[in-house]
Amino acid sequence: MKIIVPIKQVPETSRVKINEETGTIIRDGVENIINPLDLYAIESAIQLRENNGGSITVISMGPPKAETALREAIAMGADQAILITGREFAGSDTWSTAYALSALIENIKPYDLVITGERATDGDTGQVGPGIASFLNLPLSTYTGKIETVNKDHIIVQRLIEEGYERLQLPLPALLTVVKEIAYPRLPTLRGKQKARTIDIPINSGKDIKVKEEELGLKGSPTRVVRIYRPQVTRKGTILQVKDEKTLAESVDKLISFLKEKKIVSF
Amino acid sequence: MKKKEVWTVSEINQQQEIKPVSFELLARGRKLAQELEVPLSAIVLGDSLAERELKELIYRGADKVYWVNHKALARFVVENHSNIMQHLIKNYQPQIIIAAATTQGRTLMPHLSIRLDTGLTADCTDLQIEKETGLLLQIRPAIGGNIMAMIKTPERKPQMSTVRPKSIQVLPRDETREGKIIPVDLDDSLLDRRVTHLGYYKSEEEEVNLSSADIIVAGGRGLKKKENLSLIRDLARGLDAGIGASREVVDRGWISYPHQVGLSGKTVNPKTYLAIGISGAIQHLAGMKTAKNIIAINSDPQADIFKISDFGIIGDLFEIIPLLKKKLEEKKLSS
Ligand SMILES: Cc1cc2nc3c(=O)[nH]c(=O)nc-3n(C[C@H](O)[C@H](O)[C@H](O)COP(=O)(O)OP(=O)(O)OC[C@H]3O[C@@H](n4cnc5c(N)ncnc54)[C@H](O)[C@@H]3O)c2cc1C
Ligand SMILES: Nc1ncnc2c1ncn2[C@@H]1O[C@H](COP(=O)(O)O)[C@@H](O)[C@H]1O
Repeated sequence: MKIIVPIKQVPETSRVKINEETGTIIRDGVENIINPLDLYAIESAIQLRENNGGSITVISMGPPKAETALREAIAMGADQAILITGREFAGSDTWSTAYALSALIENIKPYDLVITGERATDGDTGQVGPGIASFLNLPLSTYTGKIETVNKDHIIVQRLIEEGYERLQLPLPALLTVVKEIAYPRLPTLRGKQKARTIDIPINSGKDIKVKEEELGLKGSPTRVVRIYRPQVTRKGTILQVKDEKTLAESVDKLISFLKEKKIVSF
Repeated sequence: MKKKEVWTVSEINQQQEIKPVSFELLARGRKLAQELEVPLSAIVLGDSLAERELKELIYRGADKVYWVNHKALARFVVENHSNIMQHLIKNYQPQIIIAAATTQGRTLMPHLSIRLDTGLTADCTDLQIEKETGLLLQIRPAIGGNIMAMIKTPERKPQMSTVRPKSIQVLPRDETREGKIIPVDLDDSLLDRRVTHLGYYKSEEEEVNLSSADIIVAGGRGLKKKENLSLIRDLARGLDAGIGASREVVDRGWISYPHQVGLSGKTVNPKTYLAIGISGAIQHLAGMKTAKNIIAINSDPQADIFKISDFGIIGDLFEIIPLLKKKLEEKKLSS
């Protein structure tokens, strides 16, 4: 079973700061990590390989430093990695990201499964996985919480939806986007780390994958960010402190008044 | 010139009834369509919906309802829905398409936007029309809610977005509204027969439809152990609320993953979010920050959750929650 896992390098969200004056994101000194939700994709691929044999190729589109993320995935247990990088990709939105990744995937055929994270924690769109499926015309299961069975022809999965779960049977090759429930990501192993240090990671530019230059990067992106700003914090909350029985009762009464005032309860 | 419409993608449940989130989309769409002075349409794909279901869309703001009826459309299968939507869009050329930021909308819309060669903005909390250009301005939180981004699709059509559920009030039902229901014939070749839907089933515990809950009572590690989750459950039952949880609670196996709110769980947008024994880590806030009213109960005055709360009590949840429950019940009885 050949599995391809697209992963993204993202800034660690809890450290991202915004420059209040210019409204831009300060990335200096912010650590870059594998998109945490992609760890579930990598782990589920490793488990599938453990049970069915095969190999895992992790791919990423990003600046040259995204190579670090690919090496981390190798340390976890992926077999190969390929990076797409180049100025021509700068400013890609989800449309042109899915386009470039699809072109690379098409280049490294054959494969049985593509597994992506549910969404990346920086852009937070969750559009690239379904986008790749659409470009490559692969049957798609999003929000996949469980893989029930796989054989050489098809896969049966459970999708997490608002009302519970649904089961789908997809012929292979297919694309899954996975949620946290699917697997618990393992830590890198010593052997994996050694491999990660020495493995050769091929670098692809726009010329290496069959793409139209005008569809790449900012040029190829249908959407434009007009501006970014800090969300207004309009919460001027009432905060009460419980010190004893009396303040306890008062606080709870005030909470109930709040609930009534906001029409959360009606009596 | 024919006026290019604003479209909303309705969702249906397993009983082939229109889901309420479809009416929210109409409330959003109504504003946009009015400003652009174009018709507002609802698109429905399903299997033998009752006419009153389709009419309801008109009462809730639609001028037209495009209605595609086929047995194979009883369930959402992205390949089918995407093919049919492409076909409709090519025929009718709407200028704007909005869908809900649900598991369905967030699957269908990206699939569709690739095929249509156009842009899509995910999970918007606000939509406006740019006065000078008539373009759609799409506003959404990004980077875990740390920033807001305004996005547009300047050159391609249609302009597409998914909209966060519960981010707008539905319009009052107006039975005097008139509109057209337009049945659309389905060309069988648009059905993609590769994927088989094998059925639905519920999560093992209670209902966890957090995206449609008006109130969510969420518990964190402050609950100390699994058994204590009953405190949250009781309160939720009393308030007719959904149950949310922090990742700590889910990872400890106190409750199942579908309840998890946050970066690696669900993004929710209820009218009221009660955070009980939750510290307010940025990854948790990412999933609930846009709730209209946030109420926090936490024993630590420094807890970050208080920074985004509209109402907070610093104190022991094991004292506060039982008393709150008791008082709520008394009030209910005496009213
Ligand atoms: C990549 C990544 C993704 C993540 N995704 C998520 C996510 O999706 N959702 C999520 O929730 N977290 C997520 N986290 C984890 C997050 O960082 C926090 O660890 C988590 O939210 C903390 O949960 P908590 O508030 O329940 O626990 P704690 O931070 O331990 O807080 C418990 C709180 O309970 C209070 N408390 C204790 N006893 C009492 C009492 N008797 N009465 C009242 N209050 C009391 C304490 O003061 C404390 O504030 C993620 C982390 C990472 C790195
Ligand atoms: N630049 C990228 N390189 C590789 N994979 C990506 C990239 N961007 C997104 N992905 C994949 O697509 C998923 C969804 O990302 P997004 O649509 O950006 O939220 C991620 O979890 C990754 O698996």
